[in-house]
Amino acid sequence: MSMKISTRQVDGITILDLGGRITLGEGSVQLRDSVRDLLAKGQKKILLNLGDVNYIDSSGIGELVSAYTTVRNQGGELKLLNLTRKVHDLLQITKLYTVFDVKDDEASAIASYAHA
Amino acid sequence: MTYTLDSSLDSVNKVEQTAEQMARKAGVDEDEIFRISMAVREAAVNAVLHGNAYDPDKRMTASFENTGSSLVIRITDQGKGLDPATLPDPLAPENLLRGSGRGIFLIRSFMDEVHFKQLHPGTELTLIKHLGTAPTGA
Repeated sequence: MSMKISTRQVDGITILDLGGRITLGEGSVQLRDSVRDLLAKGQKKILLNLGDVNYIDSSGIGELVSAYTTVRNQGGELKLLNLTRKVHDLLQITKLYTVFDVKDDEASAIASYAHA
Repeated sequence: MTYTLDSSLDSVNKVEQTAEQMARKAGVDEDEIFRISMAVREAAVNAVLHGNAYDPDKRMTASFENTGSSLVIRITDQGKGLDPATLPDPLAPENLLRGSGRGIFLIRSFMDEVHFKQLHPGTELTLIKHLGTAPTGA
């Protein structure tokens, strides 16, 4: 019932591979802590790979939004990769799909970040 | 079938799973099962988190009924009550980037009918999904 999360670096971009559920009390806290840790380490170019996320509730959606605004407010960029159809539909319904920068290919997602 | 549950995330998960099983048994498709179970989960989260505020002395009840033409789920809490008219619109531009406030919106998006009733104290949410022409497992 919980979320799996792993971190890797590609060309200066931090990719968080998420899997499972992002819900109240489960994945939401893990996601928040992971993003906070990355920002504390100065890693502000973050790509959330949601390809293995099979469930997200309103709390999880809220956490994605909070992560997005927190990273942006610190001068970073947070983008989403590989949305499942369910997550895609939820972001459409909540009008968040156009708020996020959503990618469906990792290589082009990496290339899309502003490189210093 | 009615459950009386403590105000915990375990209770939320139990209610969600029960809704999923009920919808599956009723023969609705996978997308509808997802919508129904998510709406019920959101209602349970509201009851436990916003209604009962995780108070160990307060209970949530959840009842599940398949009338043959509809799935009817009622979730009650013992909190201070909820006036849906006061909830901000999560789709309004000024609210889009808020980190919360989408639960009731999703419930309304996914169910055919949603009714609020004040219980003094508490709130009862009734969620209804109309079944198609050939429901099974009534």
